[in-house]
Amino acid sequence: MFTYDRVLNKCKKGRVEMKLANEAGFSNNDFIEMYRKMWQIRIFEETLEQLYKNGEIHGTMHLCTGQEATAAGSAGLLRKQDWITSTHRNHGHSIAKGTSIEAMLAEILGKKTGTNQGKGGSMHIADPDHGHLGSNGIVGAGFPIAAGAALTAQMNGTDQVVICYSGDGATNEGSFHEAMNLASLWHLPVIYFVENNQYGMSTATADSMNIRHISQRSQSYGIEGITIDGNDLIEVINTTFRAIQKAQSGGGPTLIEAMTYRYCGHSKSDQRLYRKKTEEQWWQDNFDPIKRTKKTLLEHGILTKEECAQIPLVVQTEIKAAVVKVRKDPKPDLTDLETQVYAE
Amino acid sequence: MKEITYLEAIHEALDEALSNDEKVYLLGEDIGVYGGGFGATKGLLEKYGAGRIRSTPISESAITGVAVGSAMTGMRPIMELQFSDFVTIAMDQLVNQAAKIHYMYGGSTKVPLVMRTAAGSGTGAAAQHSQSLENWLAHVPGLKVVQPSCAYDAKGLLHAAVEDNNPVMFYEHKLLYPLKEEVPESKFLIPLGVAAVKRAGSDLTIVATGIMVHKAIAAAEILAQSGIEAEIIDPRTLVPLDEDTILRSVAKTRRLLVVTEAVKRSGFGGEIAAVVAESDLSMQLLAPIMRLGGKAIPIPCQQDLEYAAVPQIEDIVKSAMKQMDAFKGGLV
Ligand SMILES: Cc1ncc(C[n+]2csc(CCOP(=O)(O)OP(=O)(O)O)c2C)c(N)n1
Ligand SMILES: [Mg+2]
Repeated sequence: MFTYDRVLNKCKKGRVEMKLANEAGFSNNDFIEMYRKMWQIRIFEETLEQLYKNGEIHGTMHLCTGQEATAAGSAGLLRKQDWITSTHRNHGHSIAKGTSIEAMLAEILGKKTGTNQGKGGSMHIADPDHGHLGSNGIVGAGFPIAAGAALTAQMNGTDQVVICYSGDGATNEGSFHEAMNLASLWHLPVIYFVENNQYGMSTATADSMNIRHISQRSQSYGIEGITIDGNDLIEVINTTFRAIQKAQSGGGPTLIEAMTYRYCGHSKSDQRLYRKKTEEQWWQDNFDPIKRTKKTLLEHGILTKEECAQIPLVVQTEIKAAVVKVRKDPKPDLTDLETQVYAE
Repeated sequence: MKEITYLEAIHEALDEALSNDEKVYLLGEDIGVYGGGFGATKGLLEKYGAGRIRSTPISESAITGVAVGSAMTGMRPIMELQFSDFVTIAMDQLVNQAAKIHYMYGGSTKVPLVMRTAAGSGTGAAAQHSQSLENWLAHVPGLKVVQPSCAYDAKGLLHAAVEDNNPVMFYEHKLLYPLKEEVPESKFLIPLGVAAVKRAGSDLTIVATGIMVHKAIAAAEILAQSGIEAEIIDPRTLVPLDEDTILRSVAKTRRLLVVTEAVKRSGFGGEIAAVVAESDLSMQLLAPIMRLGGKAIPIPCQQDLEYAAVPQIEDIVKSAMKQMDAFKGGLV
């Protein structure tokens, strides 16, 4: 059953009107940078789609087209020393956290120069140098790992925070509930950021849980939960910013449920038989996060029409160049096969 | 050197590790005032405080995941699983996360954690609190598996496990906790991957793990009365496995009996047997390789049944005798 608009209206009514002069204290340039990041994510995913069609990608991949605001507006707020854990659908989070697009491309094309030296592929992008602790192929496995990283920050007395990304479906895993409870109990500086894109593979949220909002689940664990419009960049920024501040001041975890939608199928084998084309169209026409951000930036005179048009073109050129370059990169050598099983 | 129990040796190693390195911390169920499932962490809360001796909710998946996440970010957690049977609930974090992260992430991240757990039968705790599942984890590349059989080894191996930059599974046997022997009072390391010759002998090699080392030694004393000198090898760590020491011994004795408490079927004893079977020595053996292991049954509660479920001294004696009799007067 499709209930997004009802949910959306409900959560919109409850929230304070956001001003563009937002809580994170963004300058115009910061907004432009985020807008550019959203385009990087969109075009990165579209590029992968094409490369996949060309037969250049070995293995599956999970694209996040349509979910650009949740990634950019949250990971985009973190500093390099802050941490994220991500999922099979990690490209947006990875780019937003600062992982090199070129290294990601190389990884996905199976190159030695990739983020994981070709050993991980799309689903496992990791980049600890930029605070990206890694993406996981096991749904729900990141919840306690993120709590563990947050414990490190707490024990070392730093002000680092952790954002743990997950999908809606993952919150039905036991690990979600164990980790929530523990993170709350220990007041860990971790933000559980659930991208509710309405489906876990083919299963609609209404068919996998008997509650209206995933954020309600936080109540059992004594932590704050909030449902937001995940395709509204400003709302994502403000909510995440508040959660970060709370985490840094010892207030413990927050559960953010960001309503969004994935445009593509779950993975490369999905024919999307479980949903209607009209539903997909409705989202793209009315709620596209990039279009909405563009509109806001134009309305507030942060960007001109020409500048807006320029950004995706520049990004497109950059990513194209990266593809050309990475294609020539070396594959891992067979001598790499049995290395790195154990750390020195 | 002071005579202390296996449990005290573990306690001492934990204490020393905590005082040597501020990145070391403990987590697990009831490890605070209660002192952990079997008392290994007694007194540590008072000494190091709740910040480093972290008693957790009953959440094996979260405990293990937190250990993984904190290890990835620079801490050196030592987690306690009250019973090794509960590894089923921690399994994803151990097998799909801890074991794979270093490789899967291209060597960019290390997971230096220790999972301590109490294993084995003999306490009447029945099917869900008595298993020996170390072979499950020995199968997974990326994990190391340690199985100390005595107090001295427990202390030295635990220190080595804590200092290792990989996830190390540390199997303690419940019946060994009260066993005493002399152990150095200060910190020392036994490198992982070095077997111990627990008894020298020339007629037959018995490779035994964990508590079976003691049963094998007792069996060897009985065998000695019939003039059979068994050499007892304790691998001490299943991963990495010290194949050289095993092969060196079998080269001398040309007979191999492997004894584990774990169920024989698909057990680690098969691995040890294969090390010899696949070597050049296999053509020179004086008897077929034999394995003793737990019966393929859930561990029963009743004492006689429980006793009969796993190899005992008399089983080892019998098998050793059989080894000595094999091919008598035939092949040499
Ligand atoms: C433990 C586990 N169960 C099942 C799967 C197969 N699987 C991969 S992604 C997925 C759906 C996840 O849904 P959700 O958490 O909503 O994330 P989304 O794909 O929508 O981003 C499933 C069932 C898996 N990888 N791991
Ligand atoms: Mg989903």
